[in-house]
Amino acid sequence: MTGDRPLVEVRDVSLSFRGVRALSHVSFHVDKGELFSIIGPNGAGKTSMLNCISGRYTPSDGAIYFAGREITRLKPNARAALGIGRTFQNLALFNHMTVLDNILVGRHHLIRSNFLTGALYWFGGAEREELKHRRAVEEIIDFLEISHIRKAIAGTLPYGLRKRVELARALALKPDLILLDEPMAGMNLEEKEDMARYVIDINEEWGTTVVMIEHDMGVVVDISHRVMVLDFGRKIAEGEPDAVMAHPNVKKAYLGEDAAADEAPAEADGRSAVAPAMATAVSGSRVAAQ
Amino acid sequence: MSRLSLVPCGEFKTSYRADTTLFATPLSRNMVFLGVVLLALAPLSIGGWRPVSDYWITLLIQIGYLGIAALGLNILVGFTGQISLGHAAFFGFGAFSSAWLNNTFGVPVALSIPLAGVMTTAVGMIVGIPAARIKGLYLAIATLASQFILQDFFARADWFTGGSAGSLAEPFALFGYVLRGDRQYFYVVLFFLVVMYLFAANMLRTRDGRALVAVRDHYLSAEVMGINLTKYRILSFGISSFYAGIGGALFAHYLQYVSIEGFDILLSVQFLGMIIIGGLGSIMGSLMGTAFMVLLPEAINAVVNILKNTTWGNIPAVTDGLAFFKQAAIGLAIVLFLIFEPDGLARRWRLIKAYWKLYPFSY
Ligand SMILES: Nc1ncnc2c1ncn2[C@@H]1O[C@H](COP(=O)(O)OP(=O)(O)OP(=O)(O)O)[C@@H](O)[C@H]1O
Ligand SMILES: [Mg+2]
Repeated sequence: MTGDRPLVEVRDVSLSFRGVRALSHVSFHVDKGELFSIIGPNGAGKTSMLNCISGRYTPSDGAIYFAGREITRLKPNARAALGIGRTFQNLALFNHMTVLDNILVGRHHLIRSNFLTGALYWFGGAEREELKHRRAVEEIIDFLEISHIRKAIAGTLPYGLRKRVELARALALKPDLILLDEPMAGMNLEEKEDMARYVIDINEEWGTTVVMIEHDMGVVVDISHRVMVLDFGRKIAEGEPDAVMAHPNVKKAYLGEDAAADEAPAEADGRSAVAPAMATAVSGSRVAAQ
Repeated sequence: MSRLSLVPCGEFKTSYRADTTLFATPLSRNMVFLGVVLLALAPLSIGGWRPVSDYWITLLIQIGYLGIAALGLNILVGFTGQISLGHAAFFGFGAFSSAWLNNTFGVPVALSIPLAGVMTTAVGMIVGIPAARIKGLYLAIATLASQFILQDFFARADWFTGGSAGSLAEPFALFGYVLRGDRQYFYVVLFFLVVMYLFAANMLRTRDGRALVAVRDHYLSAEVMGINLTKYRILSFGISSFYAGIGGALFAHYLQYVSIEGFDILLSVQFLGMIIIGGLGSIMGSLMGTAFMVLLPEAINAVVNILKNTTWGNIPAVTDGLAFFKQAAIGLAIVLFLIFEPDGLARRWRLIKAYWKLYPFSY
């Protein structure tokens, strides 16, 4: 903001799947230290956008920069080493590993030992390194309050805890940027509150830049610094949460043409009226989709 | 999946070091120590009396070198989630390599065995290159092709294998002392067995081992966690071939003759049978499965011999049936394990251990 380049710069990115246009000409940037949210109706292209940043998809057009470096065509594992961590909308843990091992996998790019030094464990430093990273991982485990399940097999855990383990695994990467795809989906109120607190702490105390996709508008408005709205693969609004919620395009996208036309002129304070309406609209459509 | 519940309560760890030991519990560690000590005593004779017969020594040696190769296949299939129908060819390649290094360049056998492992690793990584791109059935076919290509190579490469005449392999020698007889060679196999299993257990609890399992469980998220899929898929073939090569080399210097026959698809399938029966993704299971596969025909033989001495032994239909059953038993065992015990002997063993540990308070 003070002349520095933003941490993430997405320039004119488009992405198609055999005719389906998932993203068209999307540009935005995320500054260092920001908590940036991406919202939009189902199928708007939010996950596709994260996938382009994490390297799962390569945009058909446009460019992506991270910390001043072009990463558009870099492989996902190379991006992890640059400091990009992420969680997934549909859980993607290593189901047969313990929670501890799942999180330790996140340390992969920070550990030097390999299969040779590993095989010789006690000679050659592998043990020392394992213990050092174990200590770092235990800090994350304490922070996310999952110490009671550290030896549990990940695939046996309930949904809410698995989401938390995924977050722990992404944090273990020591990321400068963490991408969260619907971290609170499917959670009850209490779990959501916990998760929101963790996200804020990660952002404020750990200084990690966060890009989050979330359908719960209440949470988005409460914790985001800036919000971008996608609809049918196009960016339709971007800015501070309150302003974005009040934007006529956004209401149209969520509530349909008529509702927006009826409400827009009458509503002075966009946030209070529209946000809950959108939350229900969205959760309604999600239930229908499942 | 059930491992969590099998760590008995009351097992408290006081430091991270104590919590990262090789064995889950002191009990399992003591059991393994006891097993190794008993094995080390097995070839000894007490005043001319030999508690373990010559025949059993040969069986134990077989379990040893096959068990090393089986562990390699388990790292590839059980831990990394790939497949190979060509493991026997790598086993054979290791056998010929060690004999060749020793015969042609005079490399001492104690050195030619690990070097044979390294040579087999190189071949295995080349064969593994397609694994970077293909999975499942296609990979199975690609490895099957490598099985046949290597077998063909064995038959044609006279300079390397001796062709249809095969090659002779020197007995194992250490500092000029030549080990003679099975009872002495037994210790060579035991040494390699312990070292190779220890290496694997250590490798699998450190970075690259976790990476292999991550690739198996969810390769897309493994990649996002910074794991280079191509590297680890090929590395897994390399490590697995290293184990096959060591196993094969031990086999060569045990028989002291390597024929181009025997390293065929049947042996490859038997290796798969060993790790399925023992338990995919279990280190000790690889050894249990190997023991099962080696001992099953023996057990059946014993039963057949008893039956032969009864009146049943005079009925041709029964004796023919038994001969057939002997052939089919291994296949049948694999199928039965797949249906009733898909986690293999290793899991059954854990359950038994947990039961006795808690006995009589098994709750
Ligand atoms: N791998 C793929 N192959 C084909 N089409 C895809 C693929 N991934 C996404 N799409 C399509 O791209 C569009 C955007 O999908 P995306 O998953 O990015 O939406 P989203 O905004 O994350 O939606 P949701 O809120 O449901 O998660 C959808 O029409 C989807 O069907
Ligand atoms: Mg999505």
